[in-house]
Amino acid sequence: MRFLFILSDLMVPLIFVGIITYGYMRRVEVYDTFVEGAKEGWGTILHIMPTLIGLMVAVGVIRASGALDLFSQFILPLCDRIGYPAQIVPLTFMRLISASASTGLVLDLFKQYGPDSFVGRLVSVMMGCTETVFYTMAVYFMAVNIKKTRYTLVGALLANFAGIIASIYVTLWIFGRG
Amino acid sequence: MLNYLWGGMILLGILVAAFTGKMPDITQAVINSSKEAVQLCLMLLGVMSMWMGLMRIAEKSGLIAALSRRMRPILRYLFPDVPDHHSAQKYISMNIIANMLGLGWAATPAGLKAMENLQELNPKKDTASRAMCMFLILNISSVQLVSVNIMAYRAQYGSANPSEIIAPSLLATAVSTLVGIMAAKMLERRSRA
Repeated sequence: MRFLFILSDLMVPLIFVGIITYGYMRRVEVYDTFVEGAKEGWGTILHIMPTLIGLMVAVGVIRASGALDLFSQFILPLCDRIGYPAQIVPLTFMRLISASASTGLVLDLFKQYGPDSFVGRLVSVMMGCTETVFYTMAVYFMAVNIKKTRYTLVGALLANFAGIIASIYVTLWIFGRG
Repeated sequence: MLNYLWGGMILLGILVAAFTGKMPDITQAVINSSKEAVQLCLMLLGVMSMWMGLMRIAEKSGLIAALSRRMRPILRYLFPDVPDHHSAQKYISMNIIANMLGLGWAATPAGLKAMENLQELNPKKDTASRAMCMFLILNISSVQLVSVNIMAYRAQYGSANPSEIIAPSLLATAVSTLVGIMAAKMLERRSRA
């Protein structure tokens, strides 16, 4: 388990070392290239800002209305029975549909419980191993006019579900209920 | 889809607020949330630009291309229908590598290219080939080394150690990818029988 913490600490520095060293080996002007690439950050942020504003407002309204709490209370007995954290049920479904809307829900959970709480850590892990199944399938299949997608949805949902279960176990195992 | 989802969330929220008597909170929430979204974007601007700069070095030095070539043996197993050196192979590996490094914007164009190339190999043009099914399942359960965004968000909301979730995420994502691959292999055998 100690190893996992070390790996977490080392991942980003290692990526830096790897990329810069490789850049030197290939005689790339690393700093100029870095600056050139970093310029594109603006574009990306400008691109996601409107969607983030829109969806954080929507999540904010839902949260303020008490609807999320009502929903959580409603499903709490069921979740308790199967040992599923009730707080992440809305995120579980939203994650399948929209990346930005689920980001809004994650941020809301960070705000409410803190990123270092059990729920905060769990959703951080979950976001990394799940993907917007419906959106991705629509974009990729529509691009090449495929109508019959056969078993793609079943397979993708299975992988997604396995990812969520794994997130819960891994978070509990490494961090505990914290 | 988002047109219904977004409007629905707001209308539902306001409707519920009418019953729970939280109407004043709604206005507050609208203003605060939009402000918060912009603050978040500013924070994200720094991290994103840093990551994109670094990745540009990886791209220009040929590191991404080199990693893609290394993936060939794995691709042979996953996509037996795709012949070696076919351009589909190149785009699939570029898509996977880009996803691993958290380069969503680079992953999608490569992924769409891969789909086009797989469509060329596909005998039934309106039906997904087994290579396509495998590719999408793999893409959706994507292995990611670092989720830069999540780390930035965690930092913004005061995490004591934003990167502590990297290794746990790797474990969980490995599970989802393995299950995805196994499911795809099993489902393809069943659909042929």
